[in-house]
Amino acid sequence: MSLLSAIFLLPLLAALLVLCIPRNYKFVIRLVALGATLASMVLALTLFAKFNAAPVENGFKFVEKHAWVSVSTLKLDIGWHLGVDGINLGLIVMGAIVAFAAACVSREIKRLEKEYYTLLLVMTGGILGAFASLNLFFFYFFHELALVPTFIMIGVWGHGENRNYATFKITIYLSLGALIALAGLIALYIQSGANTFDIVELTKAVKARPLPLAAQSLIFPLLLFGFGILVSLWPFHTWAPLGYGAAPTATAMLHAGVLKKFGLYGLLRVGIPLMPDGASAWLEILAFLCLGNIVYCGLVAMRQKDLNLLIGNSSVAHMGFIFLGIASLSLVGVTGAVVVMVAHGFLAALTFGLSGALREKTGTLEMEKFGGLLRQIPFLGAALVMAMLAGCGLPGFANFVGEAMVLFGSWRAFPLVTTLAAWGALIIGAVYMLRAVRNILHGPEKSEWAALKDASAWAKVPFVLLLAALLLLGVWPRLLTDKIQPSVAAILTMANAKTADKAPRPGDVKKAVDEAKQRAVQPR
Amino acid sequence: MNASLIVLELAVVVLGLVVLVQDWFTPAKDRRTLGYGAVLGVAVVLLYSFFAFDGTETLYAFGNAYVLDGLALWFKRFFLLAALLVLIMATEFSDSFESGQSEFFALTLFALAGMMFAASANDFMLLFVSLELITVTFYVLVSFLRRRVESLEAGVKYLILGALSSGFLVYGIALIFGSAGTMNFNELADKLANNAGLAHKQLLMAGVLLVLVGLGFKMAAVPFQIWAPDVYQGSPTPTTAFLSVGSKAAGVVLLMRLLGTAIPDLAFNLEKLLMAMAAGTILYGSLCAIPQRNLKRLLGYSSIASAGYLLLGFAVMNRAGSSAILYYLAGYLFTVLAAFTVIAVVVKEAGAEDISALGGLAQRSPLLATTLTLAMVSLAGIPPLAGFFGKFLLLKAVIAEGVRWHAYYWLFAVAVVGVLISLYYYFNVVKAIYWSKGATDMTPIPVSVPTRLALAVCIAGMLWLGINPDGALELAVEAVKSLKLA
Repeated sequence: MSLLSAIFLLPLLAALLVLCIPRNYKFVIRLVALGATLASMVLALTLFAKFNAAPVENGFKFVEKHAWVSVSTLKLDIGWHLGVDGINLGLIVMGAIVAFAAACVSREIKRLEKEYYTLLLVMTGGILGAFASLNLFFFYFFHELALVPTFIMIGVWGHGENRNYATFKITIYLSLGALIALAGLIALYIQSGANTFDIVELTKAVKARPLPLAAQSLIFPLLLFGFGILVSLWPFHTWAPLGYGAAPTATAMLHAGVLKKFGLYGLLRVGIPLMPDGASAWLEILAFLCLGNIVYCGLVAMRQKDLNLLIGNSSVAHMGFIFLGIASLSLVGVTGAVVVMVAHGFLAALTFGLSGALREKTGTLEMEKFGGLLRQIPFLGAALVMAMLAGCGLPGFANFVGEAMVLFGSWRAFPLVTTLAAWGALIIGAVYMLRAVRNILHGPEKSEWAALKDASAWAKVPFVLLLAALLLLGVWPRLLTDKIQPSVAAILTMANAKTADKAPRPGDVKKAVDEAKQRAVQPR
Repeated sequence: MNASLIVLELAVVVLGLVVLVQDWFTPAKDRRTLGYGAVLGVAVVLLYSFFAFDGTETLYAFGNAYVLDGLALWFKRFFLLAALLVLIMATEFSDSFESGQSEFFALTLFALAGMMFAASANDFMLLFVSLELITVTFYVLVSFLRRRVESLEAGVKYLILGALSSGFLVYGIALIFGSAGTMNFNELADKLANNAGLAHKQLLMAGVLLVLVGLGFKMAAVPFQIWAPDVYQGSPTPTTAFLSVGSKAAGVVLLMRLLGTAIPDLAFNLEKLLMAMAAGTILYGSLCAIPQRNLKRLLGYSSIASAGYLLLGFAVMNRAGSSAILYYLAGYLFTVLAAFTVIAVVVKEAGAEDISALGGLAQRSPLLATTLTLAMVSLAGIPPLAGFFGKFLLLKAVIAEGVRWHAYYWLFAVAVVGVLISLYYYFNVVKAIYWSKGATDMTPIPVSVPTRLALAVCIAGMLWLGINPDGALELAVEAVKSLKLA
């Protein structure tokens, strides 16, 4: 087992191990889950530390390749191919950290623990496996593997009265999205003429002989909308707030934080570079759909009375920035989009984790019932304030870096959309985030919450971890951007093969990061 | 004449006769041992099939009416394995027959012999005889619980519709013989290839369509599916399991022979028809399964939907499609038999076939709960189980044809709709297992050792075909080599 495969095979093996433990040994089961996710996190951080900028062939490091299914008469060749470049490196590390945090907050689960931890570990392994795979078959395979536990976890351990409805809605929406994307991926396999699911091979084949225009204009929309549904692209987003509202905390953290990035990653890894002409027809439309996410879902979030629904809608709104960054096809914008993917993963996990902790303590998430909680729960309260401020893009947090880069990058391509998005994000985001802070934490204390206790030392671990990650990347974004940039540049040279006038200028990223840092230290 | 080729079938028939004879010497309380004896016998035949034949060359017997090639051998082993698992289930289930336990085992073995002959049919005569052997034994097996009205009702329905479809089949064979002058598949193919006029004969096409009716009935494909839900619900559970796996696969192998050996030059004329049948079958099965509360009826509709997915492979008419059919069937065998074995145990325990009987199963028997969950997940086509890779291969074959003709993209879209709907009803079953309220009976369900073994085989099969498909797919590709396909 190589370092990279160990990161996601460990949780999967641990899931098998949990299946073999008698269900009364709850502590052991939890310990196995915590140990596996912790080990996987440590390995992911090691991977991050070992990843250097030295250029390699095809751009992927830590490559691992085996034959899996190879039937020449059917022209079927599916291989096990793993590797990381700057883009999925950040996602894997983020996913592993969030998975550990999710295992930490799973203490709220009080029944059927064995099944729960098995599913949690399968989900973790699936997510990380999907990001590590360089073969589209396994890319899809691992995503499905992670998706199904999501549905079951929402159904069994979910909250609220309409969790059955939410379960079926999220199941049907996400399966539809996945199957549409699968159609696109299979069509890509066939139309490319390369008869391979291997991303590296496909890239080579497309470089040598671009896909015919007809094929591109068929496959790209399949991928865009298939992946779009998975990422809650407006107007296919309605499953997200509902599903996250009903989901158990850890599931919401893992799905909103990590699994949802699968669609964006797929679009960036497969859709944009392999089908530049198909993409150019759709990216402008995509940019306008982003406004639906950023502005419309922001407005919807403003009206929410339930904290989880608010976070769910705001998480949908943040997806708009990533789409906008990808649509810009500029080095700064796409690099920013990748930074937002990572940053939002931490942020979504943090906010859902905090709201889960709040629900566990109070039994409700209706914001009007709260008030003045900051005095009773100073740690959770302070963490919530920080999360909310990160959510509305306060400098110092990683989200600011990414969103600022996206806005810089998209300015040249879509000035109108960028203007509206900036307004939408700053004003609308600030309104609902700050209003939530005021309703929950400030104001007069209510007598029913007088006995509320703050999180215990152990319970603080996941939140400290996630906040630390957000702050670290916020003040030192080069840690990530230096690794992302070469990989994004490689993708953009392919994507801009037809539209040479938009070619990125060298130094764009560094300039933007410097600007971002300058703004980070200046008061607004 | 090479009679030694039918040694496997002969062994199964003899085994059935031995069970019947031995019944005279066995006291009523020991009848179970006969069932285990039959299981053991089938296992021996299955093992022997690996030593006796390797399927690399095509052998003929009985004036070319009987063929033994890779495809035949693949399906024979398939049927033997299915019968093995069904017999284990039947032995467990035999307590609920008031009499005739040994006859149940013997009839299952005779049906198995019919299926094995069907796998080797290279002549319309053998096709008809083997199908009749299967159908007639199933008339009895379906109505075996003769004090239960549902069982009798199922038997009568199966009898009437089965006889009707046999009538169509015979009529179709007569028309084909009348226009082509031969019953043999190879000769028919030669005549079609050498005589362009024959291929355009309306009478021949009408005959082929009527044969398709007979085979569609076996597979429970729309519009010949009407019998399936009632018969599945009313039959004893082992019969239902054997119907849904064995009988369906017999229809599949015969259709494969018909299209791939007998009328390869005409097969493309059936493309649109098969596409329409596939789409209709998937939608009918999936949509009708939504409101079902009876487990066996639900699986009846799900088996109709599965027939639709198998027809996708026939609609594309190439090697990729046919090997995908075989792969899907292999996964289907383990999945469906796992589901029916669990249902047989649960129904015996609870006395009801409603989905709510599964309530609390997770606490009552984790093994049964896990197995049924895996079966449902596999049927729904979710990795890493067999159903996923099978559906993936079928859908990939469909999309590959889309380059030639865009209508295949619509066929894919229909299949996707079917998969989505199926998620709903399969997850309803999973839901009933894990989070239904109101389960009152929480006593553990005992599971006997043979049943445990059968379940272990099914789980291993589902996982193996899902995680390591290479070898099994290679076998499937080898098996369809003898067909004349693109």
